[in-house]
Amino acid sequence: MALLSVRDLHTRYAVGKQQLRAVDGVSFEVGRGETVGLVGESGCGKSTLGKTILRLVPSAEGTIELDGADITHLGEGAMAPHRRRMQMIFQDPFGSLNPRQTIRTVLDTALKVHRLGNGAERERQLQEIVTRVGLPSDSLDRYPHEFSGGQRQRIGIARALVLHPALIVCDEPVSALDVSIQAQILNLLIDLKREFGLAYLFISHDLSVVRYFADRVLVMYFGRIVESASHATLWRDPRHPYTKALFAAVPSADPTHKRVAPPIKGELVTTEQVRGCRFHSRCPAATDRCRAEEPPLRSLGEGHHAACHYA
Amino acid sequence: MSLLTVDKLSVAFPGHVAVREASFSIESGETLALVGESGCGKSVTAFSVMRLLPSNARIASGRILLEGTDLLSLSEPEMREVRGAKVSLIQQEPMTSLNPVLSIGLQITEVIRRHEKLSRRAARARAVELLDLVRIPDAHRRLDDHPHNLSGGMRQRVMIAMAVACRPRLLIADEPTTALDVTTQAQVLDLLDDLRRRLGMAVLLITHDLGVVAQWADRIAVMYAGRIVEQGGIEPFFARPLHPYSRGLLGARVDVDADEHYSKNRLSEIPGSVGSAAGQAGCSFAPRCPVAEPACRRAVPPLVALPDERAVACPVTVVLAGGPHGAALR
Repeated sequence: MALLSVRDLHTRYAVGKQQLRAVDGVSFEVGRGETVGLVGESGCGKSTLGKTILRLVPSAEGTIELDGADITHLGEGAMAPHRRRMQMIFQDPFGSLNPRQTIRTVLDTALKVHRLGNGAERERQLQEIVTRVGLPSDSLDRYPHEFSGGQRQRIGIARALVLHPALIVCDEPVSALDVSIQAQILNLLIDLKREFGLAYLFISHDLSVVRYFADRVLVMYFGRIVESASHATLWRDPRHPYTKALFAAVPSADPTHKRVAPPIKGELVTTEQVRGCRFHSRCPAATDRCRAEEPPLRSLGEGHHAACHYA
Repeated sequence: MSLLTVDKLSVAFPGHVAVREASFSIESGETLALVGESGCGKSVTAFSVMRLLPSNARIASGRILLEGTDLLSLSEPEMREVRGAKVSLIQQEPMTSLNPVLSIGLQITEVIRRHEKLSRRAARARAVELLDLVRIPDAHRRLDDHPHNLSGGMRQRVMIAMAVACRPRLLIADEPTTALDVTTQAQVLDLLDDLRRRLGMAVLLITHDLGVVAQWADRIAVMYAGRIVEQGGIEPFFARPLHPYSRGLLGARVDVDADEHYSKNRLSEIPGSVGSAAGQAGCSFAPRCPVAEPACRRAVPPLVALPDERAVACPVTVVLAGGPHGAALR
């Protein structure tokens, strides 16, 4: 049984009189201890998908199962024990920390809400977690503004980790950080995964980071998964034209590696109603069939799936 | 004579020196990448060239020569003749630079008519040409659109159209694609490079992305804590970065072409953060540096010229390279 199992999930937002189908029929699983990367461009629905799974945004259709239990429609009370099992790390740790709370209050509140341990036990856990994520031992009585960007992300990680979750949804956790700090945070997340057997749903627009960090990768476009495969397969043999275009657009740090012309034109426009394949207007290889008929996500063998008639 | 020469520029804010004796030059038609992490002083350097620093900033010393004229000696009215006509700036987030209540046509013609005596109608025709130039489809229909009608990539194209409207000699692009998606980034950088060639502009490209630098720049200057610590051509830099900070940056970066995976190898880190050197003498990178020697913590190392038109501000590296003559580099 998978740790997380998502079936035909839909999330819709009202935009004026229209409905924006931010997540439009997504199915996937995350195994115990597995890191699943979710890549795509802004507006593709990847953050909404993360928030829907955590029940921070209501779903319109579909089911979310955690450890085999259907949590799609649980009330807040019944949801509480499941919330402990899945936590989230945000892109901007400063925006997700209350500036008037000390780090002790931030972390202790999480433990208190979930009624974990008495005062002395909680104190011991706080000390442990702060050291474990690489913060100075005197951090507990300090305020968020006293920390650098990288340290604040360590606080965000501590807050997620203190509840001993099985799954952490990481939404662009290193995108706001400088390169030298990114490596520190990624290494920390990898160490913690090994130590606590964590599974990650790692949401990012940065293909290089996802290539390094994920076991399996989902490529999302306009509310749908358009390709999924193990990290090695996806980079060796991308099959969807969108995945290929994404890879081709990442500039290589080797100046002798000659760049190619921009692989696709235009941008993702989420307000349009599209018939056929959602990517056809930008696809260099689109045919009449692509304009008429939406391709389903189909298996290409060895856990590799793509939603393209010609993949 | 270089197009732009920045000579020992220092810029101070209350309680903080953002740029320290930065010197570099840009030749006509080339792209120089100014690279560094947030807070390293790269944007302050750019704003100094435009003379658009916030009011609490003070240029403590140095000269900024554009075609031989020291921009720091110009009056504000004189500087207004330079901005847009000789040097232009585009920024990371076009939405904050564009006026949300004016159509883009009006904003572009305003720039044109600021520097050239053109009728409203002629300026409008120029605006259409400019939108064509930056590859905005159906340019004549787009003129009456407002910024919020456009996608992020299209807004950045409008900013570029405004910036090149009067054919400046130098375009300063401050993180022009950082807010854009990777496929849009490729389109915008391709456009900038095409315009550079067609209009004979030089580009000062400010970025933190070394992939962007490797693919789009001719030369690089690396900044750390307000100082330029390394300069050189792109190919020698990426083949053999010299300063320990440059080496650390390239090492910490995950390259999309590299077959690296967490299950096989750990990322190399630069320990600590920029703040590690607060209040200390000597090289600002010393507290994070793997090869620092006691002397590094006493005096600030000067930028020493090496063969291949390279320069590095690290005495340990200079010695390893075989001294200023760089025997080991040849």
